[in-house]
Amino acid sequence: MSIGKPLPHESARLHVTGQARYVDDLPEPKGCLHLAFGLSSEAHAQIKHLDLEPVRACPDVVAVLTYADIPGHNDASCNPTFVEPVLAEGTVHYVGHPIFLVVARSHQAARRAARAANVTYDTLPAVLTVEQALAADSHHQGGPVIWENGDSQAALAQATHVAEGEIEIGGQEHFYLEGQAAMAEPQDQGMIIRCSSQHPSEIQHKVAEALGLHMHDIRVEMRRMGGGFGGKESQGNHLAIACAVAARLTGRACKMRYDRDDDMVITGKRHDFKILYRIGADADGRVLGAQFTHLARCGWALDLSPPVCDRAMLHADSAYLFPTMRIQSHRLRTNTVSNTAYRGFGGPQGMLGCEAAMEHLAFVMGLDPLELRKRNFYADMMPEGASAPDDGEAVLSPEDISGKMKAAPQATHYGQPVEDFILNGLVARLETRADVVARRAAVAAWNASHDVVKRGIAISPVKFGISFTLSHLNQAGALVHIYQDGTVQINHGGTEMGQGLHLKCCQVAASVFGLAARDIRITATDTSKVPNTSATAASSGADLNGMAVKAACDTLRDRISGHIATLANCAVSEVVFVGGSVHAGSSRWTFAEAALLAYQARISLSATGFYATPKIAWDTAVGRGRPFFYFAYGAAVTEVAIDTLTGENRILRTDILHDAGTSLNPAIDIGQIEGGYVQGAGWLTTEELVWDTDGVLRTHAPSTYKIPACSDRPAVFNVTLWDQPNREDTIYRSKAVGEPPFMLAISAFLALQNACAACGPGYPALRAPATPEAILAAVSRACGANA
Amino acid sequence: MDISFLLNGETRRVTLTDPTQTVLDWLREDGLTGTKEGCNEGDCGACTVIVTEASGTVKPLNACILFMGQMDGRALRTVEGIAAPDGQLHPVQQAMVDEHGSQCGFCTPGFVASMAAGHLLGATDYDDRLAGNLCRCTGYAPIIRAAKAAAQKPVPAHMDDRAALPATSAAPTPMRPTDLDKFADWYAQNPDAQLIAGATDVGLWVTKQMRTLDQVVFLNGLQALSRTELRDDALHIGAGVTIASLRDVIAPYHPSLSELLRRFASEQIRQAATIGGNIANGSPIGDGAPALIALGARLTLRHGAQRRVIALEDFFHAYGKQDRNPGEFVETLSVPIHAPGLRCYKLSKRFDQDISALCGCFNFDVQAGQIRSARVAFGGMAGIPARARGFEAALTGQPLTAKTILAALPALAQDYTPLDDMRASAAYRTKAAQGLARRYIADLLGQPVSVLEIQP
Repeated sequence: MSIGKPLPHESARLHVTGQARYVDDLPEPKGCLHLAFGLSSEAHAQIKHLDLEPVRACPDVVAVLTYADIPGHNDASCNPTFVEPVLAEGTVHYVGHPIFLVVARSHQAARRAARAANVTYDTLPAVLTVEQALAADSHHQGGPVIWENGDSQAALAQATHVAEGEIEIGGQEHFYLEGQAAMAEPQDQGMIIRCSSQHPSEIQHKVAEALGLHMHDIRVEMRRMGGGFGGKESQGNHLAIACAVAARLTGRACKMRYDRDDDMVITGKRHDFKILYRIGADADGRVLGAQFTHLARCGWALDLSPPVCDRAMLHADSAYLFPTMRIQSHRLRTNTVSNTAYRGFGGPQGMLGCEAAMEHLAFVMGLDPLELRKRNFYADMMPEGASAPDDGEAVLSPEDISGKMKAAPQATHYGQPVEDFILNGLVARLETRADVVARRAAVAAWNASHDVVKRGIAISPVKFGISFTLSHLNQAGALVHIYQDGTVQINHGGTEMGQGLHLKCCQVAASVFGLAARDIRITATDTSKVPNTSATAASSGADLNGMAVKAACDTLRDRISGHIATLANCAVSEVVFVGGSVHAGSSRWTFAEAALLAYQARISLSATGFYATPKIAWDTAVGRGRPFFYFAYGAAVTEVAIDTLTGENRILRTDILHDAGTSLNPAIDIGQIEGGYVQGAGWLTTEELVWDTDGVLRTHAPSTYKIPACSDRPAVFNVTLWDQPNREDTIYRSKAVGEPPFMLAISAFLALQNACAACGPGYPALRAPATPEAILAAVSRACGANA
Repeated sequence: MDISFLLNGETRRVTLTDPTQTVLDWLREDGLTGTKEGCNEGDCGACTVIVTEASGTVKPLNACILFMGQMDGRALRTVEGIAAPDGQLHPVQQAMVDEHGSQCGFCTPGFVASMAAGHLLGATDYDDRLAGNLCRCTGYAPIIRAAKAAAQKPVPAHMDDRAALPATSAAPTPMRPTDLDKFADWYAQNPDAQLIAGATDVGLWVTKQMRTLDQVVFLNGLQALSRTELRDDALHIGAGVTIASLRDVIAPYHPSLSELLRRFASEQIRQAATIGGNIANGSPIGDGAPALIALGARLTLRHGAQRRVIALEDFFHAYGKQDRNPGEFVETLSVPIHAPGLRCYKLSKRFDQDISALCGCFNFDVQAGQIRSARVAFGGMAGIPARARGFEAALTGQPLTAKTILAALPALAQDYTPLDDMRASAAYRTKAAQGLARRYIADLLGQPVSVLEIQP
């Protein structure tokens, strides 16, 4: 069976030979025009005068458009409760806000002309920081949102130990290597859009509205993205709309791609947060109550901020059973770029806020942070008759945690029963494998004898909820054809951004038909093949689309089985698809022969498949219910070194044990884990977004914004899959793996803080990202300066 | 401008209307879209191509800041030309497939180009070779596994472009001089011309500032500028020597500077950028100048037939203002070979391919435990790379102890008024500069001082 094999990415050979085509690589239709936005230089202002004559006078400029030229809605918003103009209508809300659109004969001509406008502004007061926004009561949708579970105030009053503090958590630029891109080609009616998007149906919807047309007039085709990470969930709407509008007005194909600097200035990023916490425990280190205040900088438009901030709240428990909890979430509106989806979708921020609080509480108690974590984990809930995977070690070594199991039922602060918890056993296994006890002793010994370079080591857990929290998005469709030559073509609503979704879906289809994955052809995501798709997001791609593909394949297999059973005069249940053949009793056909027989018998060899996630029910307003079908788990131990004189730092070793259920493809899953960890470590170390006091992003290119480079990966990097089936009935009992591993990198941050703490008696209160500057400040605090 | 070059094994003759058109744009307009634009400023490596020089040197370069005018007489190999003509994958391509080295695939052509260049050269310092290629998906681990897996496989014959290099297209022109004396005379008469050596800075004027350069001169044909000579206990290094070559030349004498140059930008940039360009454009944060100032390097400037020699630190007057007259150019850099006390420290947010927040270079002459003289220079601490004169004075004649350094730190703090910017705050720069001074003494005393030396 194809499932479970470590097959290479379906486009790997195309990638390495340069033959894999992205939007900007497609042959351009004759006369194709190129677009660029003219951008605001002010954070908040009324446009006093917009002189576009110098733009029109530039060489090779065909047209210059403003919002008034958009035939339908001037709205790129993915949120129906907010209008986000594609082109500013009189007021600009952030530096980089598109004001006008240049249509030119070349990309470079468009870029050059976009800088030529004379714009004068009446500046308005700009709200740039969360503190300013809080002071000005500048909230999206009013606020704050408050979820309360039990009486945390009373619980904290009874606590023996209380820690109170705050952590600043920086944002993150997606830095997909392929920038945003779209191309529109006018058709007899409507438009074909080819774009780099995680959400083709949203592009279809927004383009239709912008043109004053309907969804059936627009076809969106999306073969692959050069990376997405959430940055192409809503942020591609603007380019697709611009291309469609310009194509409609000129009658020519129009293409737009952002220059990297423009991309970084115009598009939203991971929300930066400030999280205030107050957490208290009894004398034994059992947390009695926790209170969090999330200050999220959402930027000027609503975009996906509500669900992002919800997910931060949903992960404020990290992996711990807190009997009482109160979370206040301020969704702050600022005159900065509108922050958006980014791998983890608020979860990482919520979890880091919790882990910072736990770290602080352990410090206050003088307790080992790992011990505090273990005392507060939810109880392990193994499926009936199952145990931790047996890899030759004693189960649940090094210590038997069964005595610590808490009585079920256990539930999160939003009321979801935690029925699949495994982290007690998983962390114990990781400790053994990574030799944590001895290494912690070695770190302590090093730190006792070295002044300049200190080491740190930390373990952090991940428990990540899987499902879209907007429940109706948890659906997917697929379309599968078998041709009369016996070849199979599949299509589904998910998009390929590198995560291996298409390969996994091919493996699913291959397994149903008894074929090899290479026998299955998958085609570009296409809104005319599968309608009403959800974004490929929330780690749900394989869970949803894999099930939809399987449903379609099962239908076709059953049709063929029925016919073959008739021919072979056997029961349908006796027809078996395996090894490229169809066996029925003593008869045997190749799959191609069986398909041809079915075709000749006038049996439909095309089927759709559909899947809707069961069991979920969620009321976001009160924060109660079961938003998640299940949780994905993992844990990491990271060891680091810091230079106490300069704050230079480096990850030395990382060991990860991660739960991908029964893996559909272990190579793909390990790739997601390695890549997710390094991307998360970048967020927490080298990647710093810097805005100046005028609201100008100073880090708008890779020269100044530093994602991890090759040598930044851990020098020793051991990744292992937990490899136990999902207790829920997911596609072949696998688990979602796109986002959860990102948060394993919290262990790197905690290890850095651990190294800072080795410098002195104070609490280091490290901020994220832990740049050399941040670490040096934390070392100072640990040493007692400004403690 | 007419040029001839080899493209994936076939000779191409091209008349350029714009000699500053980038190789990347030209390739993609020519239909070779395998080479990608990721950043258009030489920082991501998605556009990496393999260039073979007329001299036979093979190097990976960033096509996004490489001008077509620089290609005359060279060979260019893109990702489309790395598999064998019969379609057989190159060993690094096959290993990238087998080791799951691509996810989204957009950075992959650039990685394959860098890896194939390294493979051809037999290089195994993978992290350094690939520091200029960013990948956002994989976390790099499978890419390094692939590079190692391919290392022992033979270099496919088609990868050798040396035999088929075309002659340069035309006789020398002012735009592409080959004779240094003639160029010196011409430039003295045409001081407004824009000199282009590696184009790693000028490239961005075109791709990011959208500037049109009216009169350009490509210096890469001036072989006399690419020579290095050891004479009178000094290395005399031509301004056209690349940072990569400089690193090789300097390594036996100054290992600490060699290590600093290992972290200078990326392989693609080091193979293009020249030390003359690095100095002449006067960057306050360029990593070459502080180290060379600490070494007491001297600069030869040439105007026509006339030469003058100055101390390197005297070349930098103020931000953007250098001691270079119209029509005058940097010809030679002279670097003493004896400086056992030299240590160079670079602080940046990322170790590789980052610009210094600050770069501190220390060179004490210690005799019998006494600091006889101290030369200390910093980049990133002022508008220009500059010596820490007060700090040096406070140290001179003192015993080499940690106490001496600590006592002199207030003087170091007085030497500079650093800036707040996106790389670091002024307060951090001041504090970290003092930290580097303390690191230096710990380093001289043999303590572990760099997290890069710590083994897991």
